[in-house]
Amino acid sequence: MTETKTTETTQAAQAAPEASTTTPAPPADPAHPAELDALPAFSGWAAKMPYLRDSKAKRRRKVMRSLKEAIIRSGLTDGDTISFHHHFREGDKVILQVVSQLAELGLENLTLASSSLNNCHAGLVEYIRSGVIGRIYTSGMRGELARQISAGGLLQHPVTIHSHGGRAALMETGELKPKVAFLGVSACDEYGNANGFTGRAHCGSLGYARTDAQYAEQVILLTEQIVDYPNTPASIRQDQVDFVVEVDEVGDPSRINVGAVRNTKNPRDLLIARRAAAVMEFGGYFEDGFSMQTGSGGAATATTLYLKDRMERAGIKAAWALGGITGTLASLHEQGLVGRLLDVQSFDAGAAESLATSPAHTEISAAEYASPLAKACCVDELDMVILSALEIDLKFNVNVLTGSDGLMMGASGGHCDTAAGAKLVIVVAPLIRSRIPTVVEKVSTLITPGDNVDVLVTDYGIAVNPRSVGVAERLRAAGLKPTTIGDLYEQALKICGKPRQIERGDEIVGIVRYRDGSVIDTVRNVPSA
Amino acid sequence: MLFVPGSNASWLSTVHVYGADTVMFDLEDSVALREKDTARILVREALMSPIWKDVEVCVRVNAIDTPFFRPDLEAIVPAGVAIVRLPMVRDADMVRELDRVLTEIEEKCGREVGSTKCMAAVESASGVVNAVQIAKASSRMVAIALAAYDYMIDMHTVRGTAADESELFYARCAVLHAARVAGIPCYDVVYSDVNDEEGFLREIGIIKRLGFDGKSLVNPRQIEPLHNAYAPTEAEVDRAKRVIEAADKAEAEGLGVVSLDGKMVDAPIVASAYRTVRLAELSGTRR
Repeated sequence: MTETKTTETTQAAQAAPEASTTTPAPPADPAHPAELDALPAFSGWAAKMPYLRDSKAKRRRKVMRSLKEAIIRSGLTDGDTISFHHHFREGDKVILQVVSQLAELGLENLTLASSSLNNCHAGLVEYIRSGVIGRIYTSGMRGELARQISAGGLLQHPVTIHSHGGRAALMETGELKPKVAFLGVSACDEYGNANGFTGRAHCGSLGYARTDAQYAEQVILLTEQIVDYPNTPASIRQDQVDFVVEVDEVGDPSRINVGAVRNTKNPRDLLIARRAAAVMEFGGYFEDGFSMQTGSGGAATATTLYLKDRMERAGIKAAWALGGITGTLASLHEQGLVGRLLDVQSFDAGAAESLATSPAHTEISAAEYASPLAKACCVDELDMVILSALEIDLKFNVNVLTGSDGLMMGASGGHCDTAAGAKLVIVVAPLIRSRIPTVVEKVSTLITPGDNVDVLVTDYGIAVNPRSVGVAERLRAAGLKPTTIGDLYEQALKICGKPRQIERGDEIVGIVRYRDGSVIDTVRNVPSA
Repeated sequence: MLFVPGSNASWLSTVHVYGADTVMFDLEDSVALREKDTARILVREALMSPIWKDVEVCVRVNAIDTPFFRPDLEAIVPAGVAIVRLPMVRDADMVRELDRVLTEIEEKCGREVGSTKCMAAVESASGVVNAVQIAKASSRMVAIALAAYDYMIDMHTVRGTAADESELFYARCAVLHAARVAGIPCYDVVYSDVNDEEGFLREIGIIKRLGFDGKSLVNPRQIEPLHNAYAPTEAEVDRAKRVIEAADKAEAEGLGVVSLDGKMVDAPIVASAYRTVRLAELSGTRR
């Protein structure tokens, strides 16, 4: 009946212009439009939301007694994708807590998608071996987990390595579709409003987690504390959260700035940082209102220290800094030398504190930060970025994933994202690490194409990419004496000799995705690992 | 002058990148007893490596009354060491003995006699009292340095008791005067708390006012602050350049007297101006 009626209406509407060009014909039955039948009729104010009748039920409806209950209620099944953030870096207590619970529930073949993995996640090996985890998406990994995966024969599928912006893009295209995002927060209210600076264990920005909250089908918050409503400003919002579970610990904030984002006292890192600051001053973009980012790695984060002096002497202020925000950057912001901070992850307690207190220090999501598929992202507006490298080759290609032993030991991070966006890309690295040269003929794993790298700063000298027009001339005019990357390569060979090639097997253990989703490289196993 | 433990192979091959004016490989206090042979061999090899060809390298040997003294010299002199630093120098005889042994080894290995320079480290009350004779004891002497640790024990006091470092005041003045009498540079003690930059800078302030030419350093992180503190200001460099210009002009015009802004400029001021400009070339201007 309905069908016939619809057809008649359509025919009448199509016939109308022929009948009259000025007055459209009225619908067949204006008193009873067709779509009305498809809509549900009102059946009482709380029919769909019965919990609204009971103020306690209303408040407690998302709060689960245990993680197990939350998992069961989420409907997670074998083969699904689960996602996590790595804002606590080496202090993360969520991933293993959740995965051991999933194992107890007998779930199998899950895809684990964490924004990154660290040394503290070595315990995952056991769950990969027992089949709970079948596939991994991550920005990087370190330690025992990385060693075992790199050796081969552990995971059924190669690990997908993505950048931070690339992860948001994979979610946007739907390739990475978390069934459940398990997001650890220091505190939230009963509805799930959460940020990284209330409660005890402050991680600061929840930028990566925000993307998970946006794209995951279900969001389970693991919180150390439930606080009064409304816990605003909320990074993860009540309208995104399905369940809230109170747990003893989600992370140890004192372990955020160990490892890759440590504060360095190493004289070599400081020497490189001082030179990098000089390159920033004279590279052509050091003018009032500039923007910058420093990546992880001792020398990269230390550059900020030396930049301060140069800014004060020149009477120049930065309009904004992006990142990867450190306490040092936050202190520059506090002193008025950096106008705004856009924070996708906080590298230490100083940064977390600043995010909580300064109105011009704002949190951004991974997509806002760096996704090439976002309608706009911050990296595209960067003037300068300081990045690290495990290897850099004669064409300025950079590897930040595999170490000199061939094993995965680093992370793609925002490396290729910021390199693509920034006007002046400065890579800092010691020329030699424990008798192995950092400057090589060809990188063992390609993460960031050399087309996007302008300057390499090492303890032995500065090399400028010949593609970067005018940079070498400007540095030379400032008395910095840049050399060529070939010269640095020769210097390293003179000291170390040419290292033997790592023997690799036939198994592909890692697929490196460029930020746009394309495959830029693969990593083969190292049987001797 | 940056101290580098002679047993640290990694530093021996990389530490030149930090830009110290002189690097001192140590065979003495920073080397454990059982590492003495290793360190001696490592330092000998480092001296012969091309990476050190553009850097002034000094080696601190073990004291003259130890069994390591002679083997140390026999390893490093043929390897081409520029300067030998002799620790625990109490009197001029010790320098003369070093001179004699150096001559013997130079003759034996075919190195030009006298080409190995030396510096003496004064670390005791007798060393301080004999500083003038020590500084003038040999034509090989290119510098004298004060070292505080043993001297403090000798004087029954400890370091850091007074903000003005008065516990070192006499020794600093005595050694510095000896250096000036002999016409050689003078280097101050190490500042061992590398994390205390404030204390380090305060000490540099004191020694720079006294007239020291430099300082012994224990960590590469100390190089830049020391250089910066000794670097002349931009105003000082400008003034020095004007003095030199005026001196050049006076010479070109055949005038015996140099004048600038209506005032006469003495020869020592011209010499000081040249030193300022040279220092700025090496260390830049002060931040």
